Amino acid sequence: MALKMVKGSIDRMFDKNLQDLVRGIRNHKEDEAKYISQCIDEIKQELKQDNIAVKANAVCKLTYLQMLGYDISWAAFNIIEVMSASKFTFKRIGYLAASQCFHEGTDVIMLTTNQIRKDLSSPSQYDTGVALTGLSCFVTPDLARDLANDIMTLMSHTKPYIRKKAVLIMYKVFLKYPESLRPAFPRLKEKLEDPDPGVQSAAVNVICELARRNPKNYLSLAPLFFKLMTSSTNNWVLIKIIKLFGALTPLEPRLGKKLIEPLTNLIHSTSAMSLLYECVNTVIAVLISLSSGMPNHSASIQLCVQKLRILIEDSDQNLKYLGLLAMSKILRTHPKSVQAHKDLVLQCLDDKDESIRLRALDLLYGMVSKKNLMEIVKKLMTHVDKAEGTTYRDELLTKIIDICSQSNYQHITNFEWYISILVELTRLEGTRHGHLIAAQMLDVAIRVKAIRKFAVSQMSALLDSAHLVASSTQRNGICEVLYAAAWICGEFSEHLQEPHQTLEAMLRPKVTTLPGHIQAVYVQNVVKLYASILQQKEQAAETEAAQEVTQLMVERLPQFVQSADLEVQERASCILQLVKHIQKLQAKDVPVAEEVSALFAGELNPVAPKAQKKVPVPEGLDLDAWINEPLSDSESEDEKPKAIFHDEEQRQAKPRQPEADEEELARRREARKQEQANNPFYIKSSPSPQKRYQDAPGVEHIPVVQIDLSVPLKVPGLPMSDQYVKLEEERRHRQRLEKDKRKKKKKEKGRPRRHSALHTESDEDIAPAQQVDIVTEEMPENALPSDEDDKDPNDPYRALDIDLDKPLADSEKLPVQKHRNAETSKSPEKEDVPVIEKKSKKPKKKEKKHKEKGREKGRKKEKKEKEEKGEEGKGEDLDFWLSTTPPPATAPAPALATAEPEVNAVISAPKEEREEPKREEQDEEEEVEEQDPEKKPSKHKKKKHRKEQEERSADRKKSKKKQPAGGGAAEPVENGSLDEEPLPPMSSYCLLAENSYIRMTYEVQGSLQEDSRVTVSIVLENQSSSFLKNMELNVLDSLNTKLARPEGSSVHDGVPVPFQLPPGISNEAQFVFTIQSIAMAQKLKGTLTFIAKNDEGSTHEKLDFKLHFSCTSYLITTPCYSDAFAKLLESGDLSMSSIKVDGISMSFQNLLAKICFHHHFSVVERVNSCASMYSRSIQGHHVCLLVKKGEKSVSVDGKCSDSTLLSNLLEEMRATLATC
Amino acid sequence: MGLREPEEIQQQIVRETFHLVLKRDDNICNFLEGGSLIGGSDYKLIYRHYATLYFVFCVDSSESELGILDLIQVFVETLDKCFENVCELDLIFHMDKVHYILQEVVMGGMVLETNMNEIVAQMEAQNRLEKSEGGLSAAPARAVSAVKNINLPEIPRNINIGDLNIKVPNLSQFV
Repeated sequence: MALKMVKGSIDRMFDKNLQDLVRGIRNHKEDEAKYISQCIDEIKQELKQDNIAVKANAVCKLTYLQMLGYDISWAAFNIIEVMSASKFTFKRIGYLAASQCFHEGTDVIMLTTNQIRKDLSSPSQYDTGVALTGLSCFVTPDLARDLANDIMTLMSHTKPYIRKKAVLIMYKVFLKYPESLRPAFPRLKEKLEDPDPGVQSAAVNVICELARRNPKNYLSLAPLFFKLMTSSTNNWVLIKIIKLFGALTPLEPRLGKKLIEPLTNLIHSTSAMSLLYECVNTVIAVLISLSSGMPNHSASIQLCVQKLRILIEDSDQNLKYLGLLAMSKILRTHPKSVQAHKDLVLQCLDDKDESIRLRALDLLYGMVSKKNLMEIVKKLMTHVDKAEGTTYRDELLTKIIDICSQSNYQHITNFEWYISILVELTRLEGTRHGHLIAAQMLDVAIRVKAIRKFAVSQMSALLDSAHLVASSTQRNGICEVLYAAAWICGEFSEHLQEPHQTLEAMLRPKVTTLPGHIQAVYVQNVVKLYASILQQKEQAAETEAAQEVTQLMVERLPQFVQSADLEVQERASCILQLVKHIQKLQAKDVPVAEEVSALFAGELNPVAPKAQKKVPVPEGLDLDAWINEPLSDSESEDEKPKAIFHDEEQRQAKPRQPEADEEELARRREARKQEQANNPFYIKSSPSPQKRYQDAPGVEHIPVVQIDLSVPLKVPGLPMSDQYVKLEEERRHRQRLEKDKRKKKKKEKGRPRRHSALHTESDEDIAPAQQVDIVTEEMPENALPSDEDDKDPNDPYRALDIDLDKPLADSEKLPVQKHRNAETSKSPEKEDVPVIEKKSKKPKKKEKKHKEKGREKGRKKEKKEKEEKGEEGKGEDLDFWLSTTPPPATAPAPALATAEPEVNAVISAPKEEREEPKREEQDEEEEVEEQDPEKKPSKHKKKKHRKEQEERSADRKKSKKKQPAGGGAAEPVENGSLDEEPLPPMSSYCLLAENSYIRMTYEVQGSLQEDSRVTVSIVLENQSSSFLKNMELNVLDSLNTKLARPEGSSVHDGVPVPFQLPPGISNEAQFVFTIQSIAMAQKLKGTLTFIAKNDEGSTHEKLDFKLHFSCTSYLITTPCYSDAFAKLLESGDLSMSSIKVDGISMSFQNLLAKICFHHHFSVVERVNSCASMYSRSIQGHHVCLLVKKGEKSVSVDGKCSDSTLLSNLLEEMRATLATC
Repeated sequence: MGLREPEEIQQQIVRETFHLVLKRDDNICNFLEGGSLIGGSDYKLIYRHYATLYFVFCVDSSESELGILDLIQVFVETLDKCFENVCELDLIFHMDKVHYILQEVVMGGMVLETNMNEIVAQMEAQNRLEKSEGGLSAAPARAVSAVKNINLPEIPRNINIGDLNIKVPNLSQFV
């Protein structure tokens, strides 16, 4: 035995270690595989040893081999053994190996749960750290569920090293086990303010990652992030936050306004290019989301563009690249400002760096207009010719198609040109995008009726020269265009000049070498062609010729009948029989053409993508159920590469119509005609293009018509699309002349114009030679309007779209291993999280109590309201922060902000949270401390500030009421508030006007910064099923109150609302008003005009409203501390007035809250049922109140520097109190 | 990337990335747009080139491009500190250590730490811990390893590492 041991250890001495292995591999370059398999054998021996060190060494080598591409999953169990070693050295090796080779499919992974849990709770921080690191790579849903609670505990570990890892790994846990997000979120949020920068950074990282996928759920954290942004000095964190804000601003334009200033400051102050760039990026996002009602808006965009231009012109390629990237973001909303830099972008197309060229291509997409499209595409075409490497060339090809086809071919004025471009693209060798070109050909031919004749002539030429393109038969190769060509020639065969010739071309033996799906289309369309030839011949009474054609068909079709492709074979045999039958009839001199053509009567229209998917599954239909018992497997599903095919199928399926019987077709056609008749955007087409041109005055001599289509413009040596560029120039020139003539009359015959966001004025002047006739795609009846399917159901992030502001329910707890009683569980580390958990239990308990005490049933209702409030509170808080707090340097914004969510969390838990207030207060104190450094540095003021802040926070609790803050002696205000019942939710938004289309609610907010200005935030909610756009708001200014309009517009101009509203959507727009005197309430009449667009067409609509500026709206919640308040009262400058309201049943606490909320006051001090309150107007008037509550009445004494203002205010307050 | 790919795909990714990066001149930008292999258009390859080595990170759009360039610099400087003048061979022979260092910078695909001093401090603490445990190959094994080396004449003992030294330029410090 002893001998064996010795032998083992000697053997061990000759084991290779990692370095030996590496060295060995390097020395066996010629027979590396052999050497490694030898090494693996050795490793297998070593793994059989009992000695853990030997095993660890073996696993270490395996990890290296894994890196070289060798599968080591067979050693998974040994890896677990090494992971569970007691020594850190081995453990680390084990976890590294696990992180490299474990995955969800590793079956032994479930054996690790307990080991990992043990390591997580190890006294050594590095054991824990190593376990966390490893887990982050191989966490599975099971591990996530089982370990979530342990990891959450670690988030409050004493060592920052562990905390930061625990925080970071939570993201992985959330992904695998989304249920853990809500229970863990409060603690995660806490970690945003962790004293350790690493932990903080990790928390920011995780939340940014979460918010990136589902930004709306994290909007309420904006104040907190804002504070971090203004206080953090860690560039990494700053970048993350700034990026996050970039994602949040589109959801909340007011946030953007707050951001502009600090971001601009950062841009000026930072030396880190990375930070600067992200700032510019977010400023762009902000500017995009901001309402255009703001002045100097376009100036900021211009500034950004200028800055980016500098980046692009920089010699550093990285900056050039990023500059272009950011530029493309501006492009989406402000194409004009970018278009000015077209030169720069075109220049970048010639850059030696492919990444930069690709970015420039992206930019080009948004820069085209009707005017320059041809020119740009021409330039791209020359690049296509020059491009080396198929990847870039393919990219160019897709871009050309993208650019031309964007927003329904908006920029194309001459479709003949476009078809020529497409045909030219077919000459590209080795492209993978044949199907793209094909799809475009089909789409254009179907949608632009006027072009069909031309398209058919081009396509028949293409079919004729099929041998040129057919050489590469690879999937998606260029031969795909034959698919389109064949279909177009067949479907629109009436336009063919030489149908017989095309028919022969389609029946050539060479065709059988094409891919099956193309042959199938050939076969089908040969018949269409045949049908139309028959008709022609019969009409011309050339029976012999007709019989010849039939004979040709009978001769050539058998080659398809022999096809190996099932589809081709089936169609061909079917059709062959049909033709043979026709032949018989023809022999008897029976006219057949009518009947044959009837087979293909009817028009095919484009069907909306996903149309099929949008049809709801009828009730009782189980699509997964077997129709027949399944056959035993074995056959099927080998040939087709499914994934690729699926994608392509979708594109190609587009123009095809789902099969429908004749009756259904007729019905649909009828319906469509009806619809088209009502649709002003639809051009009632006339059969031939010539005719239409004659209808439209001024365009009749468009050269297009004169082209002899049988000889397509083919000048040797010059690509034909170039010809069109010249022709188009001429055409435009003529048009311009024409227009000049007509200018005086200015009677434009309604040329329907498609809606476009990017129309430039000069663009509109150019009338297209052809129009897109079919814009809308067909949708099946009872299709669901939802766009749900845009999201990938397999998207792992979708599961994390969870409302985080809702209070936690009983069931939402992280699974814990131990058996434990929910009531008694008070493990120390859990203490700060369960705040919310506890609360969630409350409703049940309460219910019990109520029943016991037999109180009024009305309570139940209240409870419900309370629950709702949780959600509404969030909105209010954010609104509050966004609208009332001025920029951070001058005001207590961050303090308010950070506490807000806390307040939220307790809103619905006024009762049994005895320990809650303490924590609350602690937090607040911490915050105050953190705040101080940000404040004005003057030290003697510090104390005062702090006091103020305490006061303020007290007020805040007040204003949010239901806030049971602890009874510190210094805060008499809070006494006795614990038993208050909560108020129903309050909203400061009130209805402005409403009709069947739209509902407007509004709120008026003053700002201390801008003297005599108030901001009116109007929420516009689309209540109809129409799409609302071109909204414009106008008011009749009074002498006193005026709407701030963009510079250069007159008082009669409206202010455009900066967004459009799809059905059911609401959004908020802000308008600034200037006010001279604020002593009196004001009413302004106004109108909102808009265009409502739906399937039936679009109508101009308007909605009148009266905007009410109450005196209250001129007040701004301003905290005041009691000394100052007393001085103010003593000064004697204030005039006094008072009111008394009877019949008040509401509690005093709630009453004050109501005054605070609706009238923008803050509580200065409260003693029993008496409180002093303060507020300030935007013009600096002080308003002081003394509110006293009697039995059933309330009296309010007010003092104010303006007596009119005061009496008006009190009257408004009376109205509010009367409802209490 | 969230999903662990099978070994063949991993190798393919490494190979293709290497080829992509290799053919790029030094004076063109350090970003490569994501192909289908690395997860689509949301992903980018961001790399830095030091002597014979390329450090390539694959990141999605939530990362700042310039930030990652700085992070690579931090990583390389950390390697330089931990290996004391790091060279290519250090990395080749001590891949495990490189992994450990990388794990202190990036964890489960997310950036964990950007402060070099903190990373180095944690690495040193862990090395001390390992030393106190006697390391993986305890003294006798190491002696034998030396003997083995003597017996193997083909071992390139006189590797000239001078040229291969990674030059760590002093770029703007990130953190």
